Amino acid sequence: MIAAANKIDVHALNAWFKSNHALRDVSLSVPERTVLAIIGPSGCGKSTFVRCLNRMHELIPGARQAGKVLVDGQDLHAGGVDPVTLRRRVGMVFQRANPFPTMSIYDNVVAGLRLNGIKGDYPALVEKTLRQAALWDEVKDRLQHSALSLSGGQQQRLCIARALAIEPEVLLMDEPASALDPIATAKIEELIRELAESLTIVIVTHNMQQAARVSDATAFFYMGELIEHGPTEQIFTNPKEPRTEDYVTGKFG
Amino acid sequence: MSAPPRLQEAQPRRVNLPDRAWTVVLTVLGLAVLGVAAIIIAELLRIGGPALRHTGLVAFVTTSIWDVTRDVFGAAPFIYGTLVTSIVALLIALPVSLGLALFLTEMAPASVRSIVSFPIALLAGIPSVVHGLWGLFVLVPILRHLIEPLLANTLGFLPLFQGPQIGLGYLAAGVILAVMILPTITSIAIEVLQTVPGSLREAALALGATRWEAIRTAVLPYARAGIVGASMLGLGRALGETMAVTMVIGNSPTIRASLFAPGYTLPAVIANEFAEASGEMHTSALAALGLLLFAVTVGLNIAARLLVRMSRRGPARVAA
Amino acid sequence: MKRRFINGLMTALCGLALLLALVPLVSLLWLVISHGFKGLSWDFFTQLPAPVGETGGGVANAIAGTLYIVGIACLIGVPLGVGAGVFLAERGDTPVGDAIRFTAEVLSGVPSIVVGIVAYGLVVLPMRRFSALAGGVALAVLMVPTLARSTEELVRLVPGALREASLALGVPQWRTSLRVVLRTALGGIMTAILLGVARAAGETAPLLFTALNNQYWNWRADQPTASLTVQIFNYAVSPYQDWHDKAWSAALVLLLLVGTLSLGGRLLSRSRVR
Repeated sequence: MIAAANKIDVHALNAWFKSNHALRDVSLSVPERTVLAIIGPSGCGKSTFVRCLNRMHELIPGARQAGKVLVDGQDLHAGGVDPVTLRRRVGMVFQRANPFPTMSIYDNVVAGLRLNGIKGDYPALVEKTLRQAALWDEVKDRLQHSALSLSGGQQQRLCIARALAIEPEVLLMDEPASALDPIATAKIEELIRELAESLTIVIVTHNMQQAARVSDATAFFYMGELIEHGPTEQIFTNPKEPRTEDYVTGKFG
Repeated sequence: MSAPPRLQEAQPRRVNLPDRAWTVVLTVLGLAVLGVAAIIIAELLRIGGPALRHTGLVAFVTTSIWDVTRDVFGAAPFIYGTLVTSIVALLIALPVSLGLALFLTEMAPASVRSIVSFPIALLAGIPSVVHGLWGLFVLVPILRHLIEPLLANTLGFLPLFQGPQIGLGYLAAGVILAVMILPTITSIAIEVLQTVPGSLREAALALGATRWEAIRTAVLPYARAGIVGASMLGLGRALGETMAVTMVIGNSPTIRASLFAPGYTLPAVIANEFAEASGEMHTSALAALGLLLFAVTVGLNIAARLLVRMSRRGPARVAA
Repeated sequence: MKRRFINGLMTALCGLALLLALVPLVSLLWLVISHGFKGLSWDFFTQLPAPVGETGGGVANAIAGTLYIVGIACLIGVPLGVGAGVFLAERGDTPVGDAIRFTAEVLSGVPSIVVGIVAYGLVVLPMRRFSALAGGVALAVLMVPTLARSTEELVRLVPGALREASLALGVPQWRTSLRVVLRTALGGIMTAILLGVARAAGETAPLLFTALNNQYWNWRADQPTASLTVQIFNYAVSPYQDWHDKAWSAALVLLLLVGTLSLGGRLLSRSRVR
């Protein structure tokens, strides 16, 4: 197989919350159309890392970052880069479902399209993304109903559909299934594997079995540092670092 | 070893007298609040009743003649003036308040918000009569020499901006009221905006929205009911404002289309005429105006508070 | 790009809103200070108003009158307001309590001039004269709703554990409420009272036909009494430039009075937070 180009390159990334040094000298790369799982105990910087990839970290008051993040070889912080357009290409799904409560299911899905002024066949796009999110059959008869009429798991899948509708190249997922039941979780994991054929995905997860099932590569973070990064199978069966081994065998975390 | 002390000295079962008395006192004081409300309504009806019976309620509200010497009392000019000035005030104050509230909650750093909250609280505490003083000696000349001519030159084709420009009148009262209700609307709007969950804003931003677009799509729709409630509370305050309006409205019990014209409001006529009312019917008519004012402001206040309360619980209604 | 432009435009407009909001405030304060300051003198604070046509004179009786009328209002309004607040906090979780709470909220929106009419009917008519008492009653009615709501909130903040500890020691209910609960909430209640007094001191409309006005000293509760606010009003709407100047000076005095009370109230609450 031809070596895929790196979609994301991170060089010596550091991030701070005021005086708290949350990420220290993190460097890694994510090849195109692969899934990277980020694991580690609470507070190790997983979410912070992911938020640096779509420039959401800098929105928090008192937050700073240094180092390079490249998407398709382009430095995210270079002069001409507009964070707004960036976020169209690098989408995000959050830990807690956050559909827009005043909008219907349909309007939620197309919200990103409307915001970005993207024209197209909205109804077809809505059906496509809701099918991808494995939600279509459950909501196809009530697209005009409020997004709040869905269950938690359905709302999260709606948010995924919403993120997919603008056709990002990268999808960042911050513990997307942590609040979901096992069936919904399984559906989402299935979705991730399917999406990986066309997108690059970075998924933060607490659940090591999930990381093992879903990802091609895994990165283990601890206290803001990247301890080890490698193919998923190797990380879980034959980790190089002792701390990695301790974590994946459940000695802590 | 002696036997343990018996508990015979324990309090008897029934509640002792001082506690009973305390309960009674508190209950009386609590009920007194209801009493006050009842007394207000009763007194207004008692003093204002005769005039309403004399003229008839419908005629009272629709007649536009206020002739004290002939016992002809029509509330229409005052109702008109109150509505016009309050609506002008809201039209000016709402965008400014909302813009200010958005600026402080969404756009400026938190330090700016705490600094600016001080002048806003200051503005809220300035007595009405001092606003009136400023209005009379500062605003009115500016309107007369600067703003009204400007409006007449640019928008003079509208009947709103025609006629002699004396400075006093509906426009002056509207502007002063806007200044006075601004702190009210702003502080409630800030409260309401702060209840919007941050995750909604983040969701919009993550989809590639600009900051303003995130506000427009995620924040404002969520806060809509609360902001309407805030405006209604501001409107209620504007309706009942007396002194500042009295000093700049021009005291003319007439109905005119132009904002430059002098007019009158319900509180202003009561303020000017009550102390020296000529005769019981005059006093009664003024009290009837007060009753009208009371009914409208209380009704608006209740509706507004219900709205603000509903909005705090978040938009739960189905977006049909 | 157009979207970025709109984003910048809206931010600028909101910033403009900030300026628009501050301009009247700054202008007002600046003018009250600059116009009013030159009229301030020892005489201004100690003399009675001069008759029409004569210069000089002061607002001593108006200052005293304001304090007097507001004092009467406190005597009536503070026990009523604080008492109702304690009632709501300790026994107010009933339908009746809800009704009282709702009424207090609605009452706080009643225009002050309407309250003046009520005080007129209750006090001026039976007494057949305008009086400081009538003015005090009107201001008291205005104070009660806000005071009751503030007191309720403050008393509710007192931890239930304190109350229980006192009761467990055998202290009767009424003493617990007074000594333990109120004492803990006292700082906040004092602030609420001071803020209520500040607002009452700034009221004009209800006094216009209850306490009326008076060009002389008055310490009798059953006589018309001067007040700063009414005096400012009368001076402002008069045709005399000299009186206009006095209006600015009196306004400065009023702002100082109201400002000191408000500031005092807020400082008190800050110092009490432990």
